[in-house]
Amino acid sequence: MTKKTIIEKIWENHVVNREEGKPDLLYIDLHLVHEVTSPQAFEGLRMNGRRVRRPDLTYATMDHNVPTINRHIINDPVSKTQIETLEQNCREFGIELSDIDHPDQGIVHVIGPQLGLTQPGKTIVCGDSHTSTHGAFGALSFGIGTSEVEHVLATQTLWQQRPKTLQIKVNGKLGFGVTAKDIILAIIAKFGVNAGVGYVMEYTGEAIRNLTMEERMTICNMSIEAGARAGLVSPDETTVEFLRGRRYAPQGEEFEEATARWLALATDEGAEYDKTLEIDAAEIEPQVTWGTNPSMGSGISGSVPSPDDFEREADKESVRLALDYMGLEAGTKLSDIPVDFVFIGSCTNSRLSDLRAAAEVAKGRKVKDHVTAIVVPGSQTVKQQAEAEGLDKIFTEAGFQWRESGCSMCLAMNDDVVPPGKRCASTSNRNFEGRQGNGARTHLVSPSMAAAAAVTGQFTDVRQLSSVTH
Amino acid sequence: MQPINQFTGVVCPLNRPNIDTDQIIPKQFLKRIERQGFGQFVFYHWRFDDNGNKREDFVMNQPQYANAEVLVAGENFGCGSSREHAPWALLDYGFRVIIASSYADIFYNNSVKNGILAVKLTEEEVAEIMERSKEEGYRIHVNLEEQTVNDDNGFTAHFDIDPYWKKMLLNGWDEISVTLTDEDHIRKYEEKMYGKQFS
Repeated sequence: MTKKTIIEKIWENHVVNREEGKPDLLYIDLHLVHEVTSPQAFEGLRMNGRRVRRPDLTYATMDHNVPTINRHIINDPVSKTQIETLEQNCREFGIELSDIDHPDQGIVHVIGPQLGLTQPGKTIVCGDSHTSTHGAFGALSFGIGTSEVEHVLATQTLWQQRPKTLQIKVNGKLGFGVTAKDIILAIIAKFGVNAGVGYVMEYTGEAIRNLTMEERMTICNMSIEAGARAGLVSPDETTVEFLRGRRYAPQGEEFEEATARWLALATDEGAEYDKTLEIDAAEIEPQVTWGTNPSMGSGISGSVPSPDDFEREADKESVRLALDYMGLEAGTKLSDIPVDFVFIGSCTNSRLSDLRAAAEVAKGRKVKDHVTAIVVPGSQTVKQQAEAEGLDKIFTEAGFQWRESGCSMCLAMNDDVVPPGKRCASTSNRNFEGRQGNGARTHLVSPSMAAAAAVTGQFTDVRQLSSVTH
Repeated sequence: MQPINQFTGVVCPLNRPNIDTDQIIPKQFLKRIERQGFGQFVFYHWRFDDNGNKREDFVMNQPQYANAEVLVAGENFGCGSSREHAPWALLDYGFRVIIASSYADIFYNNSVKNGILAVKLTEEEVAEIMERSKEEGYRIHVNLEEQTVNDDNGFTAHFDIDPYWKKMLLNGWDEISVTLTDEDHIRKYEEKMYGKQFS
C-alpha cells in the first residue's frame, strides 16, 4: 500500500470532483465566519438570490472589532455597522452566532477548538489567515478571501490546487523556559517568511509530540507567517484527550469510533514529503523579533543586526527600512531594548495555558511605571476559567489590565491601539509596520517573555527571573 | 469580474520584498461592508503622512506614475492577512496587472478572483522591468492568451499561469456559477458522506 502523509489522506477524502486541467473541487466540513471578511460575501449571495448550502456546517462569531472594555460602547460607527451586519446576515441565512453577549464569544480560532468544532480530518476554512491554527488537531485548515467565503457559503466547496507537502521536523527536547511560541519564531527566523509558499506544512519530531494541544495551536497558528496557508500536526492521544467531552465533538460510542478514524489519519511511517526542513529544539532560546516581518528575530541573547550582515541587496534594503521604522540601531542588544506597551492575547497566545505562563512571571511582581500592560483572554470561557483560578487577581495586583475577549491589540481594529513610535512586546503573530497602530513598533514574544518585559520594563531573558520554574 | 486578455499600461515600481496586505490596505479601512471604494486607502501610510499629506518621496506619488496601471513589486507580494480588501483596493486604485517573482498564496487567489492578472516572472526579469520603469511613461504590454510580457524597447518575457485561472480571467467568469454547473458532483459527495442531499 502507498504510504501517505496526513495531508494527502485528508485531501483524498474531500475530493468532490477531479478533472484534467482544473484544480480539485474540495468539500468543506467547517466554515467559520467573522464580521470583517463576510459582509461582502453575504451581499453577493443576496444579489444573486443564493442561499447558504450548509448552515449546519457554518459557525459565526464577532472578534476583530469588539471592545475589550465597555463591551457595548462601540465608538466607531463603521465598526458598529459591521457587527450589526453580521447579526442580520446570520439571522437571515440561519447561521449559529456567538454574539458579543454570548458565553461562547471569543476569537474564532480559540472557540472552534474549545467547542470541539475543530476535529481531526476535517477541512476547515475561515476568512482569516490564522485559520491554520486548527491544523494542530490534524485538520486541513486554511484562510480564504471573501470571494472564497461566498463560494463556500453557496456551494460548501472550494477549487484548490493540490499543495506540495513540507515537513518541519523539530528534533530533541526544548530547554528550560523555552515555549511553543519560541519554536515557531525560531523556525520562521531560520527558514524565512516564504519558506512555506505553495506548501502545506506538517510539524513532526520529538519536540512537537511533547507539546500540549494549546502549544500545538500556537505553532500551527503562525504557519502563515512562514508562507504556508496551512500547517498541521498528526493526531495522537494528546489530540483525542483534548477533544473528549467537548460540546460539538462526538459523544459516547461515537467518540470511540471517531478516535480510531482520527488516529488512522496520522502520516504513515516512511511517507514522503516534497521537502523537509529540520531544526534542533535544544538550540532554541526565548525569541524576540526586532524587525517588521516575523522572520526578523533572534534569541534574547542576540543583537539587532546591521543591513551589512545580509548578502542580497533586497535583504539589506529590507533590514535598513525595518530598523528605521523600528527606531533601532544595529548592534543594540535585544535585552537592552525598553518597552512601553505589553499585549498578552491574540489567536496565537490567549489560551488558558498562555495566561498561566504569563501569570507565573507576573506573580508578586509589578509592571514598571512607564509600561501599559493588557491581558486579553481569547474567549469568554478562557476568561472565566482564568478568573476561577485567580489569574485575573495576579495580573491586576501586578498592574496589568484584565480585559474582555477579542482580537484587540493584535491588529488594533477596536480601540486597543499602540500609539505612534511606542514599542510593544506582543504575544501576537505579526510585527508588520502599523499592525498595532500607525507608527507602532511591535516585537513578537511568548507570553512569559511578554510578562518579563512588563515587570522589568525591557526585554529580559525570562530564564533569569529566579522564581520561574519549569 | 471584468475579463482581461491584452493589456497595456504605465508601470509603477515598488521595489520592496515581502509587501504585506497590512501595508496594501491598513486595518482601519477594513470596516466597510462594501467591495468598492477602497482605492483611496491603498498603501495609505506609505502614500500619506500622519497629517494626511502626500509623501512626495513615495514612488506612487510621483507625477510620472500618477496613471500607472501595472504594479511591479518585490518577491512574496501580498503576504500576511487574507483580507481581500487588498486586491479590491489595488483594482479600485487602477492597477489591473501586478508583476512579481512570487506571491503569497491567499493573495494570489484573491487577485485572480477579482480579475487582477498577477504575473509571475523571474527575479532577473522583474529587476529589469523595475530598472526600465524609472523612465517616464514606460509602458508594458501583457498578453494573457500568449502568456507574454513585452515593452517597446525589446524586452520580452514568457510567464506561466495555471490553465484554470487563465480561462477564468480570459472569460471573466463568476466562479460560483461555474461550480454550480458541477452541482451533481456535490450532491453525490453529500449523498455518500451524509446519506442525504442538501439542495
